Amino acid sequence: MSWSQAELVAAAYGAVFVFVLVYVAIIAAKLVRLQRETAELLELARDRGKAELRDVAPVEAAGEA
Amino acid sequence: MGLALALALIVAPEDADQGISQRIFYIHVPIALTAYFCFGLGAWKALLLLWRGDERYDLESYVAIHQGTIFGALTLITGSIWARASWDVWWTWSSNQLVLFLVLFLFYCAYFMLRFSLEEGPRRARSSAVYALFGVVLIPVSFLAIRLAEDFIHPTVFTREGPQMTGTMFATFCVSWAAVTLLAYVLYRVELAGKRLDADLRELREVLQ
Repeated sequence: MSWSQAELVAAAYGAVFVFVLVYVAIIAAKLVRLQRETAELLELARDRGKAELRDVAPVEAAGEA
Repeated sequence: MGLALALALIVAPEDADQGISQRIFYIHVPIALTAYFCFGLGAWKALLLLWRGDERYDLESYVAIHQGTIFGALTLITGSIWARASWDVWWTWSSNQLVLFLVLFLFYCAYFMLRFSLEEGPRRARSSAVYALFGVVLIPVSFLAIRLAEDFIHPTVFTREGPQMTGTMFATFCVSWAAVTLLAYVLYRVELAGKRLDADLRELREVLQ
């Protein structure tokens, strides 16, 4: 297959563009995963905080009585 | 990057000898130099790890070598396209610089095989650092191969008399080099921040569960 010089120049610049685009897409996918994990951990920390408050509240009520 | 592309594809004059295909030079050479720099940075961080024992250098060395491998792959791809345009072949084994760059690239590809075959921890960090340091020897050999072997297939643009190109061409090259270096730096910082955040989240999950 014969390639013209202009096509080869376009292919070289296009290859770099595609590589950078794929790299950015991978990083973006990773950021979405990290965001989801952060939300999960935040939920876990909130649940734990609520559970600790529930454990402390009956003891305080018993002390007042 | 936009300015570099405009200068390389529109403003820079056409080369009298190679014609339009010489425009690949403005992307190929800065990418190759950035790949050398990333491999060098990875080796430097590896040395700091072995010297100071601070584990944060392990991740920095890994990310730099990862960047170097990406830019190395791009160097081989753009170089191959330029070879097709200039010499009518996609690859030639008779050019020492090409073969040595391929050896350097494959050497650092094997770095990942070594790294991911070991358990995470100080032993993996030290082994990876030693391997990264061995590879740094190949960088000046690869870079100077064309001069050492007097290989006339691959063109030498930068000689002792200075750059063998016009002022506009040299300015275009400098802008392209700055743009590619900036791109590599941004990608390095983003990847490093992502990896650190990933490690912190893993630790936080262990604490919470």
